[in-house]
Amino acid sequence: MSEIIRWTAAELGAKLTAGEVSSVEATQAHLDRIAAVDGDVHAFLHVNEHALDAAADVDRRRAAGEDLGELAGVPLAIKDVLVTTDQPSTSGSRILEGYRSPFDATVVARARAAGLIGIGKTNMDEFAMGSSTEFSAYGATHNPWDLDRIPGGSGGGSAAAVAAFEAPIALGSDTGGSIRQPAHVTGTVGIKPTYGGVSRYGAIALASSLDQVGPVARTVLDAGLLHDVIGGHDPKDSTSLPDAWPSFAAAAREGATGQVLKGLRVGVVKELPDSGFQSGVAGSFHAALKLMEAQGAEIVEISAPHFEYGVAAYYLILPAEASSNLAKFDSVRFGLRVTPDGGGTVEDVMSLTREVGFGPEVKRRIILGTYALSAGYYDAYYGSAQKVRTLIQQDFDAAFAQVDVIATPSAPTTAFKLGEKIGDPLQMYLNDLTTIPANLAGVPGISIPSGLAEEDGLPVGIQFLAPAREDARLYRVGGALETLLVDAWGGPLLDRAPILGGTR
Amino acid sequence: MAAVKLMDFDKALELFEPVLGFEVHVELNTETKMFSDAPNPANERNHDAGPNTLIAPVDLGLPGSLPVVNETAVRSSISLGLALGCSIADSCRFARKNYFYPDLGKNYQISQYDEPIAFEGSVEVELEDGTLVTIPIERAHMEEDAGKLTHMGGATGRIQGAEYSLVDYNRAGVPLVEIVTKPIFGAEHRAPEIAKAYVATIRDIVRGLGISEARLERGNLRCDANVSLRPRGQEKLGTRTETKNVNSMRSVERAVRYEIQRQAAILADGGTITQETRHWHEDTGTTSPGRPKSDADDYRYFPEPDLLPVQPPRELVEELRAQLPEQPVARRRRLKADWGFGDIEFQGVVNAGLLDEVEATIAAGTTADAARKWWTGEISRIANEREVDAASLIRPESVAALQQLVDAGTLTDKLARQVLEGVIAGEGTPQQVVDARGLAVVSDDGALIAAIDEALAAQPDVMAKIKDGKVQAAGAVIGAVMKAMKGQADAARVRELILERAAQ
Repeated sequence: MSEIIRWTAAELGAKLTAGEVSSVEATQAHLDRIAAVDGDVHAFLHVNEHALDAAADVDRRRAAGEDLGELAGVPLAIKDVLVTTDQPSTSGSRILEGYRSPFDATVVARARAAGLIGIGKTNMDEFAMGSSTEFSAYGATHNPWDLDRIPGGSGGGSAAAVAAFEAPIALGSDTGGSIRQPAHVTGTVGIKPTYGGVSRYGAIALASSLDQVGPVARTVLDAGLLHDVIGGHDPKDSTSLPDAWPSFAAAAREGATGQVLKGLRVGVVKELPDSGFQSGVAGSFHAALKLMEAQGAEIVEISAPHFEYGVAAYYLILPAEASSNLAKFDSVRFGLRVTPDGGGTVEDVMSLTREVGFGPEVKRRIILGTYALSAGYYDAYYGSAQKVRTLIQQDFDAAFAQVDVIATPSAPTTAFKLGEKIGDPLQMYLNDLTTIPANLAGVPGISIPSGLAEEDGLPVGIQFLAPAREDARLYRVGGALETLLVDAWGGPLLDRAPILGGTR
Repeated sequence: MAAVKLMDFDKALELFEPVLGFEVHVELNTETKMFSDAPNPANERNHDAGPNTLIAPVDLGLPGSLPVVNETAVRSSISLGLALGCSIADSCRFARKNYFYPDLGKNYQISQYDEPIAFEGSVEVELEDGTLVTIPIERAHMEEDAGKLTHMGGATGRIQGAEYSLVDYNRAGVPLVEIVTKPIFGAEHRAPEIAKAYVATIRDIVRGLGISEARLERGNLRCDANVSLRPRGQEKLGTRTETKNVNSMRSVERAVRYEIQRQAAILADGGTITQETRHWHEDTGTTSPGRPKSDADDYRYFPEPDLLPVQPPRELVEELRAQLPEQPVARRRRLKADWGFGDIEFQGVVNAGLLDEVEATIAAGTTADAARKWWTGEISRIANEREVDAASLIRPESVAALQQLVDAGTLTDKLARQVLEGVIAGEGTPQQVVDARGLAVVSDDGALIAAIDEALAAQPDVMAKIKDGKVQAAGAVIGAVMKAMKGQADAARVRELILERAAQ
């Protein structure tokens, strides 16, 4: 295994800048890695045949003396929910098999402009509906820590790609935890930025008011570097914030000095008792808090009484918006078309195409959402859910009047076995218990590895939440805790992951 | 199909009270579409574009595309709302109206539902005899148009029986303002006339504002006419029908009359009216049933999560209010007084749709009478002959210049008509036509006297008669002189010269 793939994006970027390695070499190393392990992991739906050309182009520009960014020449895995002009974009669905977008998502265009090398498109639950990638139309992704376990979802592909060293960094999207929960179960770092902090243009919409694109990485600094590239106002997304943002990489670096923990008020939610979590998850969480406390952080119990309604509200708002967002997949203009034997009306063709093209979870949520928006039910379901959303926002406002960040375990359990929850949607939905409130309130959240669960040796993540627009605070706090933990472990958590290679 | 029974109109009015309501869709003529940067086919310069050439990703509902509100369209909508006497919302949201149809790229229309930009207004319309009627306006809201379907292979051009359909998405996303009236009571036997006058007034308003090309035949202005009847003395409203897309002012009038007669016949026979949309057939002057429409139609409206609320600043609203042109009714009153026209003369101009032209001609330097005579006389005659708009034949400045040549004695009325033809034929300005065709009146007395002498010599008895006091005998000589001068003489001057001769 080439040592290149073990480097962080920051390290690789520095070596590329110093001329110690070329982008072609780095890209080839990752392509080799994908060839070696992706048969097992199945993080990628498509490997970019143009990656080496793009890498060679960056090398040429560098040789010509062009001033390139910190990440120029670094490979990037892209969640298939983001549309790309040079690779297919399916959002994990059969209905978009082979679909080519005539435009790049804004985040993809920005990554391209910064010289990042799109190395491939990563697997995901169909249209980002799921917590395990098992609902991908193209087969599940496997957790590099235990190939019989789920890599989280919906962005299991991006998290697994990064955890399996198939790419140093990746793009994800997080509607209810799809960046943070996979980070939790794969021992990686994931950030859901403030709603509006990163453009949604070109992200195939699941639930427009909840979706947010964000970085997936092995370190907090790498996530910050990528966030700096993709973030900021985009006039093509009306919900994009016009704010100027500080450098998140700088915030991560500042955090690594450890000073930020002194006097930091960390809120712990009373309504999320340990009983709701696997014991090793709760154990790892409290150990991390102790470490922070030792560095001068103050742990404060806060109340967020409406968090418990979050999952219920989320599973009304999300399906409602999704039922409308997914209506465009009707075979008329693009994508799969299935015509009934002997022909039929346009309605027949639309109907059969959707019957064949959508998987069970997508259909479940479209039906749920259609029902929730129906006349006579709107107030009871969608209307009430929006009220809960407001109450959760008020919970956050009250909490952030007392504390600087809120900490929770990133998910209730470690990676469960593939197939374990696929027949039980409610159990699957409850996986998002701690991540969903951030999406409902639009606040940013980060998940970083906090250790391994005692009972199963699988990774556990700790989540920090900050007020809207305070993403930099998460990078500072995350960077600080990461440094403490890596020191305590004597190296990155992923060093303890099993060695992958060969085929199963 | 059984023949439709119609009741005599007067009889129908005797038994029933008609209640009207109108939904007028105005296509705004902004440069770009409502939610995309594609050129707007409802703008004059783009209306000839080939099918599917004016499209952006959002018009097709491509995955990842997002709408962005056209600010000019918002301004136009506010102006229109103000011109309709409406209040303008401090904040209003767009909503999604969800339904599957192949001309609707996203399978939802972005419209406004419970929060229109303008609400609660009224507009005065003037009937042909000068009677003023106040039409109450419920709301005016912004939305996007759908694409256009052309059904091929069927006998009717309708979707039923068609083999296949072609879709042109150019119109998808064209900015629309939908103006909805409240129920209009008391129209009685003038209902058809009021319908026509209302649409004409809306057309005049949007033209005056310059926010729409306002051409009914192109669909820039589309009227859906709601008609219901209730028996005399009954409080409860009858069941209404909605006759769609009536695309000329005359048709609006006819369609309302037809529906009153049709519904009256059904009701008088003890039948019930089906609540439905109906199609207007210009050729037969009838309506036929479209799709049943009930209040139970469920469009699953919900606030559009891809767009922020529109919050027009008060200053902007006041600025637009200050820029409003005069209301059509007020303007007509002012012009009638300024011009000193009687009712018949003024209505002649109004009914010919030539107010703007007459006004501009007067402004260019003619008397009101002269301007009216040209436009409603010779120019309208030629326009009728050629079946074109009078306004398209000649510019008001040219008409004024022509009249000035008459006033200066350069042209007789008869010569001026020849010059008019030349100008219409594109031969240049009136002066250029006079020069090129050599049409000016011969004002050289020497030439006229020579011609008079010649004529007198040919009719020696005439001079004696004149000297005897039989002045009318001069007519024969005048005729001969005019003939000799090929009409290019001022007959009055010729007469003067003959009488001078006789007095010598």
